[in-house]
Amino acid sequence: MDPAVGERPTAGARLSRRGLFGIAGLGGAAAGLAAGFLGHDAVAASAAPPAADSPVVPFHGDHQAGITTPAQDRLHMAAFDVTTTKRDELIQLLKDWTRAAEALTEGRPAGATGAVDGPYGAPPEDTGEALDLNAGKLTLTFGFGAGLFEKDGVPRFGLDGRRPEALIDLPHFPGDDLDPARSGGDLVVQACADDPQVAVHAIRNLARIGFGKVRVRWSQLGFGRTSSTTRAQQTPRNLFGFKDGTNNLKVEDDQLLDQHVWATAGRPEDAWLAGGSYLVARRIRMHIETWDRTSLGEQEGLIGRTKGTGAPLSGGEEFTEPDFTRQGKGGKPLIPLDSHMRMAHPSQNSGVRMLRRGYNYTDGSDGVGHLDAGLFFIAFVTDPRSHYVPMQMAMAKGDTLAVEYLKHTGSGLFAVPGGVKPGGFIGDGLFA
Amino acid sequence: MPGFTLPKNARVPGTKIASLAAAVVAVPLILTGCTDNTKAPDTAGGAIDVVSSNSECKVSATSVPSGNLTFSVKNEGTEVTEFYLLAADGLRILGEVENIGPGLSRNLVVTAPAGTYTTACKPGMEGDGIRAALEVTPSGNQRPADADFQHLLDTATTQYASYVKDQGEQLLTGTEQFAAAFAAGDAATARGLYAATRQHWERIEPVAESFGDLDPQLDAREADLEPGQEWTGWHRAEKDLFPPAGYTALTAAERSAIADRMVADTKDLVERTRTLEISADMLGNGAKELLDEVATGKVTGEEEIWSHTDLWDFQANVDGARIAFENLKPALQQKDAALAASLDEKFAALQAELATHAQGAAFTSYDKLTPEQVQRLASLVDALGEPLSRLTAAVVL
Repeated sequence: MDPAVGERPTAGARLSRRGLFGIAGLGGAAAGLAAGFLGHDAVAASAAPPAADSPVVPFHGDHQAGITTPAQDRLHMAAFDVTTTKRDELIQLLKDWTRAAEALTEGRPAGATGAVDGPYGAPPEDTGEALDLNAGKLTLTFGFGAGLFEKDGVPRFGLDGRRPEALIDLPHFPGDDLDPARSGGDLVVQACADDPQVAVHAIRNLARIGFGKVRVRWSQLGFGRTSSTTRAQQTPRNLFGFKDGTNNLKVEDDQLLDQHVWATAGRPEDAWLAGGSYLVARRIRMHIETWDRTSLGEQEGLIGRTKGTGAPLSGGEEFTEPDFTRQGKGGKPLIPLDSHMRMAHPSQNSGVRMLRRGYNYTDGSDGVGHLDAGLFFIAFVTDPRSHYVPMQMAMAKGDTLAVEYLKHTGSGLFAVPGGVKPGGFIGDGLFA
Repeated sequence: MPGFTLPKNARVPGTKIASLAAAVVAVPLILTGCTDNTKAPDTAGGAIDVVSSNSECKVSATSVPSGNLTFSVKNEGTEVTEFYLLAADGLRILGEVENIGPGLSRNLVVTAPAGTYTTACKPGMEGDGIRAALEVTPSGNQRPADADFQHLLDTATTQYASYVKDQGEQLLTGTEQFAAAFAAGDAATARGLYAATRQHWERIEPVAESFGDLDPQLDAREADLEPGQEWTGWHRAEKDLFPPAGYTALTAAERSAIADRMVADTKDLVERTRTLEISADMLGNGAKELLDEVATGKVTGEEEIWSHTDLWDFQANVDGARIAFENLKPALQQKDAALAASLDEKFAALQAELATHAQGAAFTSYDKLTPEQVQRLASLVDALGEPLSRLTAAVVL
């Protein structure tokens, strides 16, 4: 066992030592307590949803948290290259990450002795910057890239034949300007939290645990969730100032989630994907400065909605169903044929939907004084071949917003295993 | 109206969308032309509320002081509506806002001197609309109407149409020479003609882009392609003439095919520009879009990734924008002299910086620029682009 992680301590000990998550933390603490008393199986799969104001999102379940979890405000995502060639070391890493994730998502520090309770002569096991903070609704969601299964056509880690067919190499989309240093990766970890320090703390400690076995390939900070994943949330705005995610799939859409988000394990060897999904990550740079010089009328025409209320240009309120047939002056459609909203709408994409979970990002400015900013697009889909590639291909060609004001600079596709059962570890089905 | 105002739509093959944007911006050009130079909203009571239903057109005021009038039009009906401000004769349109979907609100800003006007909502966009009189009282802060304003705009568009035709013809001549050299395998001659000929294209890029089928055939970059798409045009030739490491050269037959296609497509382009109808807002938006092209493609060196002749394109885009601005300048000086002066100054500053990288007609290779030099250029582009984005509204609204 990697000493940086340690055995999962009993919930009681943890609670008394940290003692900081207070009333709001009881949901998570109670779940941990139950696990301690009743054994792991008793709370498998169905960890009760936390109280609305609880800062703890349960880590265990049929699905990984961080997919249908109401979108938190902040993101830190990191992709890793696996540097070890040993299957045992990879499995141990996934176990260590699981134990750490269990702790971190409950607001506890990584490692048995955390940030301040270890030997005076040794570096602390937890980096400490999340002391005094609660769990912040932290979720950690793990995914496997194609590179975990094979590199240069050669299978790795004894995973011969286990690469899911849907874990494709994404094609080149028109206009792509992908930076290899911001693309790909064998493993990905999405950390979402309401506090950026909590999200950064989580990725930092996972990276630290992984040193020697994995190397961070790229990471991305995000702020201002750009979509809603529950009807209780107000639709947020992207950096173009428009509401984003009005028509997104929501956690309330059970049947649609089954149809469009959760992966189906087609082959017996893909059974580990049951309850999982595919995560598409795209770093989409926005040409903010030229957008800001565009007239309001043109902005709205490019989006297909009003900037104020987010109503479709065919009329109504934000959640009014758009009427793509409604015509304006000269018989032209009120919602332009090349508008972003029309191009992305399920009616234009064989009924395909996706659960988007993107974030605004700003990585400072580029060398010429323009904001290096945009949308870090994240979507969960049942199969990227049907649910991402055709739509993105169409939009890269025909969505004028995308053609003129966006540039994709990073890309990743990952198979997200189903949820972790207490006592299990991330993706354990794949290594069974 | 062709897509000149909206080259944003132009890269969508097979679609020609006179978008809402055009509808909103392209208010009729028969304007009063008289206004104070400050452009400050001077409607005493703020916006004039207009509520359009299927059967009514409620205007919140019957009398307002002259100057910039803002009508805030809300469609409370079930049909698409539009709103007009008409002259006393009920025919001459001073301003309009179209395509207001049910439940939506949209603003119309017009400059109106004292006089009697007619307002009209047009639910369903048919008929004469639901009309009412609006009295505009003298507020004493405007110059008298300038009857020549429309003439200034007409002159501007006529001059620009001539410019587009001239550039198109020079583009064709240059393309024929380039294509002949390229097809013949005379790479040195073709390389020498490449950037100079493309300048004619880049000067009228929004016009060229408005023809959605021709633009990708002539100007697609390799990164713009979708899998399986045939790659033709300037940048296909560029890669062959300025080959990256490991590149396999085109065969003579392939070069000939590309050369022939470029000439044919350019002829087609020139033919189409002859019948292009140009309006004042097309000039204003075209100028802004040329600067946008500079900001996103040329200043970053992405347009000419093998030849590194981005500064030639840069200069040509600036030329095109400056010609459009200068054609509009007499009209702009009447409406907003301060903006005209600011644009003059910003164009001059950018041109002076560009000139430091020129030797005669030639320009420094983009890959030889230092980061500081690129920064200076980018900063001047932004300094110009921001006021330039206000040109259309200043002249047309």
